[in-house]
Amino acid sequence: MNLGSSVEIITEWDIVAARQLGRNEAKQVGFGTVDQARITTAISELARNIYLYAGKGKIEIERISEAGLVGIKIIASDEGPGIPDLRKVMEDGFTTSGGLGAGMPGVKRLMDEFKVISEVGEGTTIITTKWLH
Amino acid sequence: MPQEVTKQYKEIMSKYLESQSEEDLYVGQQFSRRFIEKDIAPEDVISIHKSALFELHPNLRKQVWDSLDFLIEMMIHYGLTMREHQSLVRKQEAIQMEMNVATKVQDTLLKTVEPDAEGLDVGWISQPAHQMNGDYIYFLNQENASSVAVADVIGKGIPAALCMSMIKFGMDGLQNENSSPDNVLGIINRIVEKSVDDSMFISMFYGKYNSITSTFSYASAGHEPALHFSSGTSAFTELDARGLLLGVKKEAIYDEHSVVLEEGDFVVMMTDGVTESRTENGFIEMSAIKSLLAEKKDESAQEIADYVYSELSRMQDYQLSDDFTIVIFKKKTV
Repeated sequence: MNLGSSVEIITEWDIVAARQLGRNEAKQVGFGTVDQARITTAISELARNIYLYAGKGKIEIERISEAGLVGIKIIASDEGPGIPDLRKVMEDGFTTSGGLGAGMPGVKRLMDEFKVISEVGEGTTIITTKWLH
Repeated sequence: MPQEVTKQYKEIMSKYLESQSEEDLYVGQQFSRRFIEKDIAPEDVISIHKSALFELHPNLRKQVWDSLDFLIEMMIHYGLTMREHQSLVRKQEAIQMEMNVATKVQDTLLKTVEPDAEGLDVGWISQPAHQMNGDYIYFLNQENASSVAVADVIGKGIPAALCMSMIKFGMDGLQNENSSPDNVLGIINRIVEKSVDDSMFISMFYGKYNSITSTFSYASAGHEPALHFSSGTSAFTELDARGLLLGVKKEAIYDEHSVVLEEGDFVVMMTDGVTESRTENGFIEMSAIKSLLAEKKDESAQEIADYVYSELSRMQDYQLSDDFTIVIFKKKTV
């Protein structure tokens, strides 16, 4: 099963559209209010990073199922400057510092799985998943 | 979500909604600790509140439920910040544990053997202001000679401690070399200059007692002067020698001087943690330190050192502002 849709992130309003899409999908999957808010916040952070630091990119949202579990997968991709020091942006204490990759540890905490691929000068792709428990 | 917590929360809230009593508020607040213990995020607390309220009063207006959803949204970042904070606290605890290990390693690594030259009585004490000591004592024992290096790394804590291991290994290499004070400081200076970054300086006093001639010779790399107490005149003389701090200049030259010790004479080598001891009323005067030393002139070197330390730390309300080190070489009375 692979139901999905995506939002191009170019203006700040697109962040809102991505949030809306994410919340609807999360609700469809069956997440409760708090988890809907968490998934939406994660999408919001990812979309904001694209908007602020990459200029433009894309948020894709998929409903997924695997081994009897259902969940939601978010793929945030851009062709922006990339993140030079991934270890650093994943460290706590850097979330409030601003800059590319800000808030990544937060997104990781809000979701269950988190993977980031980034190449300086090429762009960044973040794939993050949350399962309905 | 732990069902038990939700159920209990509902009961406590239900009581409060009936009574609005201080007692039920107190019970509620005690209960709130459970949320923290069980690591329940603020947004989940509101969600628990919402479900409890719904079970108790399902017919409230729609705005009430919507406003609680709004509040959940507001709390997500608080929850994240809280978790981040917890993770930083755990990290700090891990660092603290590493520090404790490092302190032990430092103690073992920097262990030095007290000399036992003929006719010489040695006493010393070194107390760190913080966890790791930035003062360092190194004894060198050779035939008919006992030497000591008293060093103070300017700056405290871990960088200072790392720096000291370097001095230690530099000194270890000296065992068979010419150990005259000016030569020793010259060698250590070159090692420090080569290996240490420009922001780190070390002051060092090096003293050598020759038990055949009863001569104490010394050199100083920008260190506090030592004090020589003469038992004959009951007076103190400062023992200072010209020389730059270690690590400043590669070709630095160190002057060497010497003094003959009579029976009952002693030499006190200190770091600035001693000479710059301060109380609320300002620095403790050098004359005060001298009179503490003179009071115990007939005791053993160790008793003199311990006494000065206990008196000075008492005057400072047991709060050392800097690492504190004293070494005393005393010529025994026969």
